[in-house]
Amino acid sequence: MNFGVMTAAYIGASALFIMALGGLSHQESARRGNIYGILGMGLAMAVTIIGAVTDNYGLLLVGLVPGGVIGYVLAKRVEMTSMPELVAILHSLVGLAAVFVGFANALGHGVYESVVAQRIHDVETSLGIFIGAVTFTGSLVAYLKLSGKVSGNPLQLPGRHLINLAIVFVSLYLIVEFAAVGAANGMVYLTIITVLALLFGAHLVVAIGGADMPVVVSMLNSYSGWAAAAMGFMLGNDLLIVVGALVGSSGAILSYIMCRAMNRKFLNVILGGIGSKKKKASPAAGAAVEEQGEIVEVQSEEAAHMLESAKEVMIIPGYGMAVAQAQHTVFEITKKLREKGVNVRFGIHPVAGRMPGHMNVLLAEAKVPYDIVYEMDEINEDFPKIDVSVVIGANDIVNPAANEVEDSPIAGMPVLEPWKGKHTIVLKRGMSRGYAGVENPLFFKDNTRMLFGDAKQTVDALLKHLAAD
Amino acid sequence: MKIGIPKEIEDGELRVAMTPVVAERVKQLGFDLVIESGAGEAASYSDDAYIAAGVEVTSDTKALWHDSDILIKVRPPIEHPELGFYGIELLGKDQMLISTLYPAQNSAKLNELAARGTNAVALDAVPRISRAQKMDVLSSMANIAGYRAVVEAAQHFGRFFTGQITAAGKVPPAKVLVIGAGVAGLAAIGAAKSMGAIVRAFDTRPEVKEQVESMDAEFLVLNFKDEDGSGEGGYAKTMSPEFIAAEMALFAEQAKDVDIIITTALIPGKPAPELITEQMVRSMKPGSVIVDLAAETGGNCKLTQANEVVHKHGVTMIGYTNLPSRMAAQSSQLFATNIYHLLTELCPNKDGQIDLNMEDEVIRGATVVKQGNITWPPPAPRLSAAPKSDVSEPLPEAKAAKKEEKKPSAFGFLIPVFIVGVLLMGIGSVAPAEFMGHLTVFVLSCFVGYMVVWGVSHSLHTPLMSVTNAISSIIVVGALTQISNDSSVVAILAALAIFITSINIVGGFAVTHRMLKMFRK
Repeated sequence: MNFGVMTAAYIGASALFIMALGGLSHQESARRGNIYGILGMGLAMAVTIIGAVTDNYGLLLVGLVPGGVIGYVLAKRVEMTSMPELVAILHSLVGLAAVFVGFANALGHGVYESVVAQRIHDVETSLGIFIGAVTFTGSLVAYLKLSGKVSGNPLQLPGRHLINLAIVFVSLYLIVEFAAVGAANGMVYLTIITVLALLFGAHLVVAIGGADMPVVVSMLNSYSGWAAAAMGFMLGNDLLIVVGALVGSSGAILSYIMCRAMNRKFLNVILGGIGSKKKKASPAAGAAVEEQGEIVEVQSEEAAHMLESAKEVMIIPGYGMAVAQAQHTVFEITKKLREKGVNVRFGIHPVAGRMPGHMNVLLAEAKVPYDIVYEMDEINEDFPKIDVSVVIGANDIVNPAANEVEDSPIAGMPVLEPWKGKHTIVLKRGMSRGYAGVENPLFFKDNTRMLFGDAKQTVDALLKHLAAD
Repeated sequence: MKIGIPKEIEDGELRVAMTPVVAERVKQLGFDLVIESGAGEAASYSDDAYIAAGVEVTSDTKALWHDSDILIKVRPPIEHPELGFYGIELLGKDQMLISTLYPAQNSAKLNELAARGTNAVALDAVPRISRAQKMDVLSSMANIAGYRAVVEAAQHFGRFFTGQITAAGKVPPAKVLVIGAGVAGLAAIGAAKSMGAIVRAFDTRPEVKEQVESMDAEFLVLNFKDEDGSGEGGYAKTMSPEFIAAEMALFAEQAKDVDIIITTALIPGKPAPELITEQMVRSMKPGSVIVDLAAETGGNCKLTQANEVVHKHGVTMIGYTNLPSRMAAQSSQLFATNIYHLLTELCPNKDGQIDLNMEDEVIRGATVVKQGNITWPPPAPRLSAAPKSDVSEPLPEAKAAKKEEKKPSAFGFLIPVFIVGVLLMGIGSVAPAEFMGHLTVFVLSCFVGYMVVWGVSHSLHTPLMSVTNAISSIIVVGALTQISNDSSVVAILAALAIFITSINIVGGFAVTHRMLKMFRK
């Protein structure tokens, strides 16, 4: 197969990938988008296998088939609540693959046309490996944090900004050195760069707290794209460049959306923001909030009665619902209430959960129709009309301090505003604070009722009472 | 100035125009108050309470009328049964009467007041606009009447209002039909609803549907072509014969079903429309109750009699016209507060001097006699349409402010663009053409990605990430091109990369497919 045909096929694949992303912007076309993606990937791989692979078919199969099987099994088995972990671990694989491809290329490359071409190529290689390695360890740490294998709390080494800066500068210097001596003599440099990048990635994510994970996951998503793009430069392959850039910018946009939803600066999140701010949160603000007074507790029976006698109910799920796997029961409750003519809707904060869109996926899994699931911007104005809002395992995203307390660490963060409705029921394990470490004045408002207990048991009890009559 | 409050002498009238609590506030406006001894007795306000509030108590009724600058009463003046005078003849120039006067029905009284040069403010003529609500005694009294109507109904109704499941059996909730959803109607709906009844309401004005539904009651709709029953000033008007026929059919049907009917239908200046016929009463369940709030002007129900409780066909019909008086303490308190608000309007300087400012819409509307001239009816009130321009005006300013904010950021944005441009040119001057070609593709793809992804709905963020994750495994192409390398190390590295990426490709697409299958309408 000649070069022209391959290029043409790559153009086709690029177009299919763009259509895939485009298709994913709406519910109606999303499945078609996924199919475009599969087609694009199939086309690109088939053409490359036919056109570029001339030997080692056995090795190819050994890589391809078990990998595919493992991937398939993973995808079938994963719990929807652990989607963030899966996405993170898959990101790490892209990063690792980039590192392998980069090394393979550095080792196996032939003669260059010119010195400039060689240098550019070597810079591309080392950059690609650097980004790949950062993605790998970063995603790995994110995975460990998300799956609870290591603590979600930010681990902040003293002088961590200096460490990061030092790693970046040393790596840059080594990249220049590597390009100067060439791949044949510079494998030591390349190895050191890789090790540094691995450390850098891990250190970067270790310092970021659990609540910022949506940003981290989408940032790593972006990195995996940039790694692919760097590989494309290295290999002189436009398809990789196009796809890498698509994925890179997509991840960047997601990170931006997440940051905006938390009213945080991207850099601030990446450099391990809110953990350090916590200590600075002025005692005055804390005291002002703590004075707010008493909480009013309800039992599930009364809460069920409140829901029954309401006309408009808004359910606000948070990470706690995911942890407790309560989404199915929540939907059972929704169905019961809707049968009784109660208009139940869901309000989703963009950073609810540990991954962009996390709550939507969980609710979809529980078969909640997506047209009763609304984004924050769509429903925040409706709260004055809401009779009962039910907050399930969410805290910071419904914290009025974001609007009311000026020097609160989360000041200015857009939040859902259930306190503007008639009543709010908060399902919570205890009076602990959210990830941002801020007291939530919502719990002390006159029209708020606290329903303590494990989210799953509480919603089960609610359902029982609703079903009883 | 001195305010005099005579005792109400009409039969069944238990209210008083001023309460001790409000009197204290009125004094702060600079007025002195005199009250006839025993005026508050029926409403549970003793003379001592008035004295404690700094109000002078007198038993000389004639002197009270004669000497007070302002006389405030609940009901229009009538002939005093014992003392043989009725008040107006004692009034003179520079005196002022504040009372309900019903100027449409009482033109003789207006003439007499005008002849004597007495100014008169009719409380029932306060225009029904938002600003005047706080001095609108009709509203505050109607509110009480509506509430009390339900209480009266409950008293004569032999069952619960609320449905209950008890050890002794199940009790169905009472069904209440409220006809006319004005102030009184809405108050009745609220009271009946809070007692647990099922409440339905009907009104000829379709715009009250929302208010009724906001009280959690059901609004009954006629099967009839649209006809708007809204008259001037928020009251209802008389409807066409066809409409009335459809309406009567609805009531006839409802009468068989409901336990309690509360009628509040009034058309200003006309006898009350007859809505419940004898036939309907007969069709009601035994033990049912009808409360007719329009009994004073003839009644909405044919069989009701003013101020009487009638039992006929097994149905109790209540025609009390003094429902507010039956809650005299409450209604006096609200009435007095209305008066206080009116006085603050009449006495803007809080110096105890009255200024009948005829430029003021509210005062103009309520003043029926001024300096010997009858000033009733007032010119048609301006409709209480909200001044919309007020709302929209600040908007352009806000927009301008936003623009100003944006300007510097646009400049700030250009600087990095410029730097990047220079850098690119620098690279372009040395880099091979091939590299620049790739760079072009790269930059354009970034923009394409930006454009395509920006519109993604929030709910699809997770599928988007898993798809982009699968797609970014396009790195497999790089590995594929290298697997045929002669060096076994390279080949093995490539095979590893292929292994990893194929996990990713299959896993990513499959899990996306799984997720998307779950999203449903």
